Amino acid sequence: MRGITKRFLGSPALLDADFEVARGEVHALIGQNGAGKSTLIKVLTGVYAKDSGRIEFDGREVAFPSPHAAQLAGLSTIYQEVNLVPFRSVAENVFLNREPKRFGLIDWRRMNREAAAILHRLDIDIDVTRPLHDYAIATQQMTALARALSTEAKLVIMDEPTSALAEQEVQTLFGVIRRLRGDGVSVVFVSHRLDELYAVSDRVTIMRDGRTIEQRPMAEISRYELVSKMLGRELAEQLAHRRADEEGELAGQPPVLEAADLRRGRALDGVSLSIRPGEILGLAGLLGSGRTETARALFGADPIDSGTIRIGGAPVHLKSPRTAVEHKIGLSSEDRKTEGIIPHLSVRENMTLALLPHLRRHGIVDRKRQTAVVDRFITAIGIKCSSPEQPIRELSGGNQQKVLLARWLCTDPRLLILDEPTRGIDVGAKRDIQALVRHLADDGLAVLLISSELEEIIANSDRVVTLRDGRSVAGLSGGQITEEALMRAMATGSAADDAGDDAGDDDEPTAERA
Amino acid sequence: MTRAGGGSRPDLPEATTTASDMGGPVSEPVAAAAGGTSGVRRGGARNRPQWTSWAQRYGAAAAFAALFAYNAVNTPFFMTQQSLVFVLLRQAAPIAIVAVGMAIVIGTGGIDLSVGSVMAIAGQVGATLVLHDKPFLLAIVAALLVAALCGLFNGTLVARFGVQPIIATLILFIAGRGIAQLITGGELQALANPDFQWIGLARPLGVPAQIYIAFAVALAAWLVMKLTVYGRHVLAVGGNETASRLAGVPAGRVKLLAYVVSATLAGLVGLIAVSANSASDANNVGLGMELDAIAAVAVAGTPLSGGKVNVWGAVVGALLLKLLQNTLISHGITKEVAQIIEGAVIVGALWLQRPEA
Repeated sequence: MRGITKRFLGSPALLDADFEVARGEVHALIGQNGAGKSTLIKVLTGVYAKDSGRIEFDGREVAFPSPHAAQLAGLSTIYQEVNLVPFRSVAENVFLNREPKRFGLIDWRRMNREAAAILHRLDIDIDVTRPLHDYAIATQQMTALARALSTEAKLVIMDEPTSALAEQEVQTLFGVIRRLRGDGVSVVFVSHRLDELYAVSDRVTIMRDGRTIEQRPMAEISRYELVSKMLGRELAEQLAHRRADEEGELAGQPPVLEAADLRRGRALDGVSLSIRPGEILGLAGLLGSGRTETARALFGADPIDSGTIRIGGAPVHLKSPRTAVEHKIGLSSEDRKTEGIIPHLSVRENMTLALLPHLRRHGIVDRKRQTAVVDRFITAIGIKCSSPEQPIRELSGGNQQKVLLARWLCTDPRLLILDEPTRGIDVGAKRDIQALVRHLADDGLAVLLISSELEEIIANSDRVVTLRDGRSVAGLSGGQITEEALMRAMATGSAADDAGDDAGDDDEPTAERA
Repeated sequence: MTRAGGGSRPDLPEATTTASDMGGPVSEPVAAAAGGTSGVRRGGARNRPQWTSWAQRYGAAAAFAALFAYNAVNTPFFMTQQSLVFVLLRQAAPIAIVAVGMAIVIGTGGIDLSVGSVMAIAGQVGATLVLHDKPFLLAIVAALLVAALCGLFNGTLVARFGVQPIIATLILFIAGRGIAQLITGGELQALANPDFQWIGLARPLGVPAQIYIAFAVALAAWLVMKLTVYGRHVLAVGGNETASRLAGVPAGRVKLLAYVVSATLAGLVGLIAVSANSASDANNVGLGMELDAIAAVAVAGTPLSGGKVNVWGAVVGALLLKLLQNTLISHGITKEVAQIIEGAVIVGALWLQRPEA
């Protein structure tokens, strides 16, 4: 691709961008959200038409009129969010729109057999006749990959394929990528995780503000250089912070929220924790250990079977999120798109959604106060939008996340539950959000931080509670919070020598420990 | 805070450390650090030429204006008070009233198929009470209450029991007309009570009362949607119900109320219909009204998927549909062909508001 320019309503999303992928190469595409990666990919694959520039594929100039045409030419794309049909079988999804036919009817047997074979190449052996939504996100992602492979692609574009995958699945994916490279297939790999980029890529193209800044072999560029090129400035020092010194400063504070022995079906099997004002409590655990379920239980989004939740010392029954909101608890969901934003409403409407009851005067929204609140937060936390009236779906992921944070911050909460607050957003926005959260905690907010990135938990938490199979198994604080201790706790249920009391079989409530 | 040194951590970026009272109202500079990082993805998915979004917004109004102009030139006696006020506006008013309620229900992501039957029920209740010499005000209030109850039934099914709106309201669509007939044993009831029939027959300042009512209803709904918390909640629930619930929006109540409003407005129109006809006919009052109302909403570019409410659009949609029908009739086009053309207009409207690729 040479000199590609693409404008939306006059403002350029791509400016004179160059991009080149060699045959049999894994090429990393990196840049902050809004840098133009997605637009570049969409122009390449025919989703958008370019305004100017030239695209060559396989030595010939091309301009794919549609993604389907690009696919026929051997160019497949796997998007961040799995883009498949959940209620149809795995095999049908692999061959969606290209079902093998016999006598004009779908050849089911052949389709199932071939789908199974392709998935087997990816080390996935599952029943391809079961509906896709029976399987985990990771498997669905692999199905999307299988779909790309089944088209005999020459170039596979993966837009953040790993964001929903567990470590082991990532390794499987990398194995597949390397095998593809061996077969002469080119791969464009978009990810925000530097480790992954270094692990698998041959070359990297860095994008910033719609331009391609640099194209270099991966081995020749240091992480520092990579990130500073991406951000367009010298990298500020790694965000570090003081931890609450053991029990010292916070010990006198009564907890904002205490939960004792929460149970719900098979998801929660005895979770106890307590959070004090001014601290960030990290909630660590592997996928499926009950992190999100704990968050939802504490927010009243799912009913609990047993256990008690106390807010400010008094037991409460959180029968719905509304009750939680009345108790000044906020929850930012891990799934920004389906549980966070209202896509076509404006930044203003999205931000004040939880605040509306307080903006009401005789049932009417006090527009003046609403505007004031929105303006204040847009400047205060640096939300980039053309105006408060811009639909939120047009913002980048990081900015959407900031709006959702503001949705709670403007309600002046006592406890903020953040489930994967920085998933899938760029390094700069991620750092902004982490700094903001630390700042809020320093000013007295209690924060429950859930993250599947250990680094994020370690760097930001004052204390950490680890979950394993739906139980809280170990509480760590201050200097005890190390990668090693956390991983040991997640894997074995005990972080150190003294974490004795959950051998597993006694059903006695293990009252607030952390 | 009890902690020392809240504003002087050396390891944070400069601008971040200077921010102070985030606990309550937020102060400005938390993030110069936060600024300058991620860009706005301008335009986003909106990649369609501008005229289509214009057509989406004003298409129905433009079509109405064009059709109006055509009639003004080509249809004899069109530009008379008789034709404009007593035919077009008067006929469009009931559809517009029901369409306003429908627009709100559709805004929540639902649909209300029961409006026609609810009209019949309310009409029967009102007429029966009047014929039994009850005070006309009691008859009106009772009819509206019964209609509201119908809406409560629909809304409960949808909001509390999670029944899909099209199925939930199909129940009263079918059963409702039966109920209406049972009220009087299916007989036509002739009315002669000027007080009760005021809403169908009165002409303050020479204009039929129902036109005032339709305008008042639309104005009220528009204000509610634009200004109130409830209006914001409707859009939020229709736009993303899960997210709305997690933001503390009482999604169930929001939907319930939408069905109650829709049914109550249908009840009001039911009263207008029996009053105007001076007879209550359980078989025919409100027949096909649900489709007229949905068409009026859709034709004005409101997506049936929810999250948007265009009150005046629904009114213009009702006017457009009625004018179209009348135009075709007055030009001697047979009913069959007229129906096909109406269908084509709706298809055209839907095409204009098709979701982008």
